[in-house]
Amino acid sequence: MTGTSRLPTEGPAMPRTFLDAFINSNGALSILVVLLGFACGTLIIMAVGRNPAGLYLALLQTLTGFNATTGVWNARYVGEWLTAAMPLILCGMSMGFAARTGLFNIGAEGQYIVGLTAAQFVALYAPPFFGAEWVVCLLAAAAAGAFWGGLVGWLRARFSVSEVVATIMLNYIAFFLSRYLTRLIPDANTYRTPNFPGAAIIPRWFIDDLTNHSRLSAGIFVVLACVILYWLVLERTKLGFELRATGLNRTAAGYAGIGVNRCFTTSMGIAGAFAGLAGAIVALGSFSYGRVIGGYDNYGFNGIAVALVGNSTAGGTLLSGLLFGMLSSAQPLMQSRQIPKEIAWIISGLVVVLVSLRAGIRLVIAWRAKVAAARSLAEREAAGA
Amino acid sequence: MNGTEGPYAIEMVGIRKVFPGIIANDGIDLRVRNNEIHAILGENGAGKSTLMSVLFGLYAPDAGIIRIHGKEASIHDPNDASSCGIGMVHQHFKLVRPYTVAENIILGLEPRNGFGEVDYRGAERRVAELSERYGLSVDPKAKVESISVGMQQRAEILKILYRNADILIFDEPTAVLTPQEIDELMTILKRLRSEGKTIVLITHKLREIKEVAERCTVLRRGRLIGTVEVADTDASALAEMMVGREVDFQITKEKSQPGDILLSVRGISVRGSRGNIAVRNLSFDLRAGEILGFAGVDGNGQSELVAALTGLRPIETGSIELCGKDITRSSIKERADTGMGHVPEDRHRHGLVLDFRLDENLALRTYDRKPFLRNLFFLDFAAIASHARQLIEDYDIRASQGPATKARSMSGGNQQKAIIAREIDLSPKLLVIAQPTRGLDVGAIENIHRRIIAERDKGRAILLISFELDEVMALCDRIAAISKGEIVGIVEAGEADEKMIGQMMAGHHSLSKKETP
Ligand SMILES: Nc1ncnc2c1ncn2[C@@H]1O[C@H](COP(=O)(O)OP(=O)(O)OP(=O)(O)O)[C@@H](O)[C@H]1O
Ligand SMILES: [Mg+2]
Repeated sequence: MTGTSRLPTEGPAMPRTFLDAFINSNGALSILVVLLGFACGTLIIMAVGRNPAGLYLALLQTLTGFNATTGVWNARYVGEWLTAAMPLILCGMSMGFAARTGLFNIGAEGQYIVGLTAAQFVALYAPPFFGAEWVVCLLAAAAAGAFWGGLVGWLRARFSVSEVVATIMLNYIAFFLSRYLTRLIPDANTYRTPNFPGAAIIPRWFIDDLTNHSRLSAGIFVVLACVILYWLVLERTKLGFELRATGLNRTAAGYAGIGVNRCFTTSMGIAGAFAGLAGAIVALGSFSYGRVIGGYDNYGFNGIAVALVGNSTAGGTLLSGLLFGMLSSAQPLMQSRQIPKEIAWIISGLVVVLVSLRAGIRLVIAWRAKVAAARSLAEREAAGA
Repeated sequence: MNGTEGPYAIEMVGIRKVFPGIIANDGIDLRVRNNEIHAILGENGAGKSTLMSVLFGLYAPDAGIIRIHGKEASIHDPNDASSCGIGMVHQHFKLVRPYTVAENIILGLEPRNGFGEVDYRGAERRVAELSERYGLSVDPKAKVESISVGMQQRAEILKILYRNADILIFDEPTAVLTPQEIDELMTILKRLRSEGKTIVLITHKLREIKEVAERCTVLRRGRLIGTVEVADTDASALAEMMVGREVDFQITKEKSQPGDILLSVRGISVRGSRGNIAVRNLSFDLRAGEILGFAGVDGNGQSELVAALTGLRPIETGSIELCGKDITRSSIKERADTGMGHVPEDRHRHGLVLDFRLDENLALRTYDRKPFLRNLFFLDFAAIASHARQLIEDYDIRASQGPATKARSMSGGNQQKAIIAREIDLSPKLLVIAQPTRGLDVGAIENIHRRIIAERDKGRAILLISFELDEVMALCDRIAAISKGEIVGIVEAGEADEKMIGQMMAGHHSLSKKETP
């Protein structure tokens, strides 16, 4: 056993543990994937013969309001960015919350529509409420979304109906129901209702001045509160413990006495409430009248991508919602810099595809690290001999 | 290290592997001679599986070299290991269940005929030849999902032999087998050796080491203690080497003081997973302060009985009463609240949420109660962690990062200890335990047995199911022999001997005085 003495006692532990941490951290991998997405986007812009600097200047302007070409600063762009991000974050949390319980919620779009419709009705018909009718509207939207989501959870729990099929069906039902009911409102035409009363519109307070009359509303505080709530419920409460256990190992959770079926319903209900709120924030934050929707707003579907990139964690979903919001609100600015606006969608698409390949990327990195470690071992062996 | 080529099939020198919070292998040397059966012994978490994973290319070592047949080998992944002639039988089999045995064996190496089609005929013939040569009775055309655990394991062995391995690694192969299957495996191992194979065998069962191994390498807490000739040593010396203290194999317990009837089972019948009647019109009583063991060959209804008692499976007829309350149709939660605890047979499916932290797993049954539930909604994670620290200490659970360790990264034996700790800690009125000491080292077994008896002495009722007849005989106050879903007879432990129980398990009524329920 003389062999041991001349071997280095300390292995290359530092880089290895860093790499291990990297491979094992979903967050780090998401960041890598996003960077890769932008790198590909840059290459495509160069391939079509444009200057990729335009992309980054447009993004800079979206994020800070600063136009580097003219040197003019306008905070409205920041407001527009956050306005686009709000429903994405909420719908991402809708998808993510269900995913943490092991459910695939394709129905955020339907829950969003139901919330939007409920908010519009309450806005037009609710009795006065201390001049803050918009609060009642938000609550009604959350309740409607919770019902629409919870229904799916209940069907799943009670009759083992696949939540994927159920949510897709309910998306259609929500869409047509919303159109039908909204058009019943007196004086509604084929695309809009009369104006909302002022107290039903989500106030802008100081935000209006701060962001130079952007469409950003106080809804942003609701979104932030929801992010905190999401984290608090999942990570700190008894309910969250049950939901996470159910999501990670249904049989073991059931065996430990956790009501798995009740978890399905609760989780889908909470998920639906998030999407419902998104509907209300768009309806009463960005519009002054009720819409007879003519197609999907797609926030719900994009929420799937948001949750995927954000790993269904509270912080991750917030960041990835901001990312997707940035890509969508940067499009006009990109066009004004001769960058095709489709590049933004290509980048989002790439990010989603690459995130889905996460497992594969992880394998490749792990494999390369292993080869490198073995090689450095062999070299040290040779040097020591 | 020149000139040490010698007769070694495997030489691992100075192997070091670090995981966050623990050095799993700390400069370990392992030398396995050509054509020997070499046992590796060590406590739960000593680093045995890690060492073999390094050899098989699943983990890259942080230091150390590997030589195979005297030649330095660089093994980066299982394919490299395979081309060095190394094969591994994992504890959790890696077979495709709807495929036949032959299809599984040729997977990835499908032989083609002249038209480029997969030659199943030829494959089946080759598999049959191999299984004949090594005495592995396996039906190549049987679907994996329909064959016994023992046969699945033999299929795994064939898979390795098919790839021309001459070094075979077995990681706790007997932990999942019944005593009969273990005997068969021992015969197979000897046969493999006589056909020129080299074998590394990880096991906690000293009897198996004595039976088949020539030499044994002992690890403790990541370090090498030494390698000994098995013939020159005995079980207690091996155990002492491994644990670092003397191990008491003899279970000492007072005579039981049975109290009131706690569990009363009347005429229950339960269907098995294939719809057959697995438990037939079974009745028995269990009193406070006694341990009732069920002895039987695997597949005679024990698993279904446990599933029915604990609420995992509905019963067809009959009734179950616990603490005077009818729980025949109660949910798992209601049974737990009435006072039932359960150590499940399948630790990965039922016992643990592998991606939860250890402390969360240890609170899985009690998170909704006083110290852990701070108020109506919020959990007290500090209390959950300190509870875990207590159990880690009491049950010697080796977890590299304490309460924060992910259950998935713990060694198999320590996962098992965590489940048992959680259930015994509840101190339920009735504790249903299935295969409690699967995968545990002798020291841990001693500790767990002592705790089970302590529960009994506190006046708890314990129902034990184990394939280890020794364990049943040593722990139980009464033993029920079960065969084809029926109780053949119940005897007092003092009056039973191994032969008599064995015959009852085979279904011979005459030997027992039948107890009237
Ligand atoms: N993938 C991993 N990540 C982190 N720690 C690990 C990992 N695998 C093993 N360990 C740690 O390394 C130590 C040795 O584990 P190993 O599985 O080798 O033990 P073992 O000797 O096989 O024990 P057992 O008899 O219980 O199977 C344990 O403390 C375990 O927690
Ligand atoms: Mg192991």
